[in-house]
Amino acid sequence: MLTTEQQDGTTVLRLTGSWTVQHLTDIEKSLQAVPLNGCHTLHVDCTALTHADLSAMWLLRSALHRCEQSGTVVSFINGEPEHFAFLNDLQQRTPSALVTHEAELLWPEQVAATLGRHAVKLGQHALGHLDHFGRIIHCHLHSLRHPKHLRVPSVVRHAYEAGIQALPIVAMIAFFVAVIIAYIGASQLRDFGAGIYTVDLITVGVLRELGVLLTAVIVAGRSGSAFAAEIGVMQLNDEVDALKSIGIDPIEVLVVPRVLGLIIALPLLTIVADAMGMAGGALLSNWLLDISIPQFIARVQDALAPTTFWAGLIKAPVFAVLIGMIGTYRGMQVRGSSRELGRLTTAAVVESIFMVIFANAIFAVIFVELDF
Amino acid sequence: MQPAQPVVSVRNIVTRFGEQLIHDDVSFDIAAGEVLGIVGSSGSGKSVLLRTILGLQKPSAGQVLIEGMDITSMSERQLMGVKHRYGVTFQHGALFSSLTVAENIQLPLREYLSLSQATLDELTALRLDMVGLPLSAASKFPSQLSGGMIKRAALARALALDPQLLFLDEPTSGLDPISAAEFDQLVRYLQTNLRLTVVMITHDLDSLLTTCDRVAVLVDRKVKVDTLAGIMNNPHPWIHEYFHGPRARGMTQMLAAGVQHGT
Ligand SMILES: Nc1ncnc2c1ncn2[C@@H]1O[C@H](COP(=O)(O)OP(=O)(O)OP(=O)(O)O)[C@@H](O)[C@H]1O
Ligand SMILES: [Mg+2]
Repeated sequence: MLTTEQQDGTTVLRLTGSWTVQHLTDIEKSLQAVPLNGCHTLHVDCTALTHADLSAMWLLRSALHRCEQSGTVVSFINGEPEHFAFLNDLQQRTPSALVTHEAELLWPEQVAATLGRHAVKLGQHALGHLDHFGRIIHCHLHSLRHPKHLRVPSVVRHAYEAGIQALPIVAMIAFFVAVIIAYIGASQLRDFGAGIYTVDLITVGVLRELGVLLTAVIVAGRSGSAFAAEIGVMQLNDEVDALKSIGIDPIEVLVVPRVLGLIIALPLLTIVADAMGMAGGALLSNWLLDISIPQFIARVQDALAPTTFWAGLIKAPVFAVLIGMIGTYRGMQVRGSSRELGRLTTAAVVESIFMVIFANAIFAVIFVELDF
Repeated sequence: MQPAQPVVSVRNIVTRFGEQLIHDDVSFDIAAGEVLGIVGSSGSGKSVLLRTILGLQKPSAGQVLIEGMDITSMSERQLMGVKHRYGVTFQHGALFSSLTVAENIQLPLREYLSLSQATLDELTALRLDMVGLPLSAASKFPSQLSGGMIKRAALARALALDPQLLFLDEPTSGLDPISAAEFDQLVRYLQTNLRLTVVMITHDLDSLLTTCDRVAVLVDRKVKVDTLAGIMNNPHPWIHEYFHGPRARGMTQMLAAGVQHGT
C-alpha cells in the first residue's frame, strides 16, 4: 500500500498496488501509520500505483492536507494522481468537514435534558389523545346524524375483516381455554365431591368474563395492529394529506368505518366465543365428570342469572371502541420513517390490550357495586 | 484495445405480467465505458427492464449477462457477489426512511468494510460534495428532504462503493435545470475519468444530448439501440415525434449547430 523512505530531512511516500474501495480498510491503517510529525518536506510518489478510485484518493488527499496544515511542504513526484484534479475542483465549491455525532453533554445536563424532553413529549401526547378522541366522537355523531357521510361499504368491509375472518381463531381459542378452565375446575372440585360446580364455574367464567375478554384481546392483536399499520403506511405515502387536500376528512373515511366495523364485529364474535366456550366446557364435563349433555344444560340453566350473559356482552362494544380508537390514533401519528411505523403499531397493540383489561377491571367493580 | 466483451448483455428478454406483455424479445449490449440512455413512453417498461437487468425480477424468458455471467440462472448468493459491483438509484429514491442521509450513504461501506467513524464521515462528505448536497443534509432523515435532494442522496448512496457500473432511473427528473446540467456533467466526469459504465433512464432530452453515447428506445415492446444521431433519423412515428416534437426542437437545433458531447 504505502512505503516511506527517509532521505536527509525529506520523507518520500511511495504508493503501490491498487488504492480502491475494496482495500479501504488497509489504506486507512497505512495512512494512520505514516510518521508525518516533524518532517519538513514530503514527496509523494504515485508512479507505482496500479489502480485508484475516488474514495482512496480522497482519504490520501485529506491525510496530506493535514500534513500541510501542520507545516509540512508536500510535493508530488511525477505530478498529482489523476483524481486529484476533480477533488480539488469539488473542494473549491464546498469546503467541508462533516461530523455526524452530536456534541456530548455532561451527565447532569443530560439528565435534565432527557427529563425535560420526556415531560414535554408526555404533555403533547396527552393533548394529542384528547384532541383525537374528541374529533372522532364529533365525527361519529356527525356521521350518524348525516347518513350520507357514513361510508357503509367501508364499514361492512371492516366488519368482515375484523369479524368474519377472525372467527376460526376466536372459536378455537375460546374452546381450548374453556377446556383448560373446566379441566382445572373439575380436578380441584372433584376432591370435595363438588364436581358438578364445574359447570357453574364454566358458565359464569366464560359468559361473564372469558368469552368477551379473550375475543377482545385477539381482536386487539389482529385488528388493532392492522388499523395502525394501514393508516400508518397511508401517512408515509402522503395519502392522508392527499385526502385532506381533496376536502375529505380522513377521520370520516379512515377512522369512523373502522371503529364502527369493530363495534359490529366484536359483540358477534363474543357470542361465538361464548358458544364455543360452553361447548368446550360441556365436552370436558362429559368426559371427566360423566355429566351428560342434558344434565349439563339443566345445570347451566340453574347457574345462569338473567344478567350473566348480558354482563359479558355489554362490554364488547366498549372494548371495540377502545381498540378501534387506539389503533387508528397510533396509525395517524406515524411520521416519516418505517421505524416509526413499527413502533406505533406495537404501541397500538400493547395499549389496546392494556386498556381492554383495565376497562374490564373497572366493569367488574361497577357490576359488583350494582349487583348486576 | 479493449476486448469486445460487453459489460451487460440483454438477450431475448420477454416480460409478461398476467395477460399484459411488456417486453417481447428485447436484446441489446452495453459496452464498457459508455453511457447508454434508455427512453420510452410512460409505462413502456423501462423501470421493469432495469429491474430485470439488476436481477430484482425474473424475466418470463431470456437471459441477462453481466460481465459474461448469466444472472437470470444464478443463485441468490452468487447474485450478491455481483450486486456490490454496481450502484443503483431507483425512480422514487428508495432511501432507507429510518436512517439519516449520512447513515444511508455509510450503509454499503459499513457492510463491506470496517472503517473508523472519522473515515466514514470523510467519505460521506466526499459523496455529498460530489452530488452537490449541502453538509447540513447529512443529519436529515429522508422525510425531511425535498424531492430533488432525495434524488441526489440516492445517487450519493449508489456511488458509495465506487461502482464500475451505474444504473440510474430518471435521475434528473425533479431537479432544476441548473442542477440537472451539473448532474449530467457529473455523470460525464465519472464516465470519462473513472471509466464507469452508466445506464440511465431519462425523459430529459438535454441529458440525452450532453451525456449519452447511445440511446435505447423502447417502443412497441421492442428496443431500438443506436447512436443519438442514428436514432433521431429513425422513421418510427413515436421516435420521430419524440425527437422532433415541439419540446425537442431546441435540442435538434443545437445538434445541428454541432454542439459536441461533454464540452
Ligand atoms: N409488479 C407489476 N405487476 C404488474 N404490472 C406491472 C408491475 N410492474 C410494472 N407493471 C406494468 O408494467 C408496465 C411498465 O412499467 P414501468 O414501471 O417499467 O414503466 P416505465 O417505462 O418505467 O414508465 P415511467 O416512465 O412512467 O416510469 C406498466 O404498464 C406497469 O403497469
Ligand atoms: Mg419508470
